[in-house]
Amino acid sequence: MITEDPKHQDIHEYLAEMEDIPGTRVFTAKRARQGYHMNQFAMSLMKADNRARFKADERAYMDEWPLTQAQKDALLARDYNRCLDLGGNVYFLSKLFSTDGIPFAEAVSTMTGMSFPEYREMMMNGGRSPEGVRSIRANAASGGETNEGSR
Amino acid sequence: MMARITAGVASSHVPLLGVASDFNKDRDEYFGPIFAGYDWTRAWEQAEKPDVIVLVYNDHASAFDMKIIPTFAIGCGERYKSADEGWGPRAVPDVEGHPDLAWHMAQSLILDEFDMTIINEMDVDHGLTVPLSMMFGKPDAWPCKVVPLAVNVVTYPPPSGNRCWALGEAIRKAVESFPEDLNVQVWGTGGMSHQLQGPRAGLINREWDNMFLDGLIGDSDHLRRIPHIEYLRETGSEGIEMVMWLIMRGAMGKKTRALHRHYHVPCSNTAIGHLVLRPDNGEGLDMSGSDTVRAIAAE
Repeated sequence: MITEDPKHQDIHEYLAEMEDIPGTRVFTAKRARQGYHMNQFAMSLMKADNRARFKADERAYMDEWPLTQAQKDALLARDYNRCLDLGGNVYFLSKLFSTDGIPFAEAVSTMTGMSFPEYREMMMNGGRSPEGVRSIRANAASGGETNEGSR
Repeated sequence: MMARITAGVASSHVPLLGVASDFNKDRDEYFGPIFAGYDWTRAWEQAEKPDVIVLVYNDHASAFDMKIIPTFAIGCGERYKSADEGWGPRAVPDVEGHPDLAWHMAQSLILDEFDMTIINEMDVDHGLTVPLSMMFGKPDAWPCKVVPLAVNVVTYPPPSGNRCWALGEAIRKAVESFPEDLNVQVWGTGGMSHQLQGPRAGLINREWDNMFLDGLIGDSDHLRRIPHIEYLRETGSEGIEMVMWLIMRGAMGKKTRALHRHYHVPCSNTAIGHLVLRPDNGEGLDMSGSDTVRAIAAE
């Protein structure tokens, strides 16, 4: 286990480390700013009236929000990895999962490249091992693949 | 007689556990082994009869959105309703607050240099109500009052483990200076290893989780110095919720003893961890759990 004195945490090192995890988009201030309206849009789906209006015409409902075209396209396609890249956060996006009536784990599985049954099977067998997915830099240094999470 | 902290409880708060409880699936093949690990605690809580739970949890885009992001917020309201998280509110009792204790704690914590956000009205989501269901089952009313303590673990950076532990220490001081005879427990919720996003979703680290459980027991405080990056690398992006367990641990004082422990994989995307701790600093509390058995037998 690493232990550090957090009083010595340098902000730039801290943020660089956050970008060093394969297949992971840590919800840093940069992403929170980029995705602000996308997350607030998703939050609006907690109200039944808004869900009904969104379902009736997704494009029209999204046009009421200052979203970028890329964000709208990612949401329409339910491409959740793309949504994360554009500043989405999974707890906010989960309002869209429930609007679509799909289980949280099923929506999560779509980000892994596995089918939902395959993902469930992996979880029943103890989940994904952290081996080989701890650090993009460490993977690169050991000559392994850097994982698609490196961008 | 002053208020006193008699126990600490740690538990995951996976929303699916609330669904299982509400729709009576809690003894089926999938959920049975998870809920069975809480049977001991449900009996023990009946005997303990806590007056108040200081319940450390995180809101999941329910009461708080991106407009306001408090790092540490304390609920000082009279009562809280179950939040509608997109599929209707859970059919669980309202949560009754303890405004006198909560306001006292808020003042004490602020004087202790923890600049708390004070919340008078909010709904509470699965982060708070699932642990109540796990520990108390399905009563018509929750058997005790609750002081909600919400922590930001969504937008980075969340508070450090060290800061969380120190907040726990300040909570102990705040509770013990409240001039009323109250039996208070502190619960830390969330975790254990899980990642809900990206191609790396589904990460579980049984070995690390159990090392963390071990570290909460006894008189070592090394867990407070684990940096965020270690939680993220070892336990998945949402494993960071475990810093909330350190608030509970900090409130136990120097030394703890474990009364009960449970670990199970999986629940949906998540590793379930559960621990019941006693402060062990000469408070004279029962350490065997046998008081529980006697109390239940007497009823």
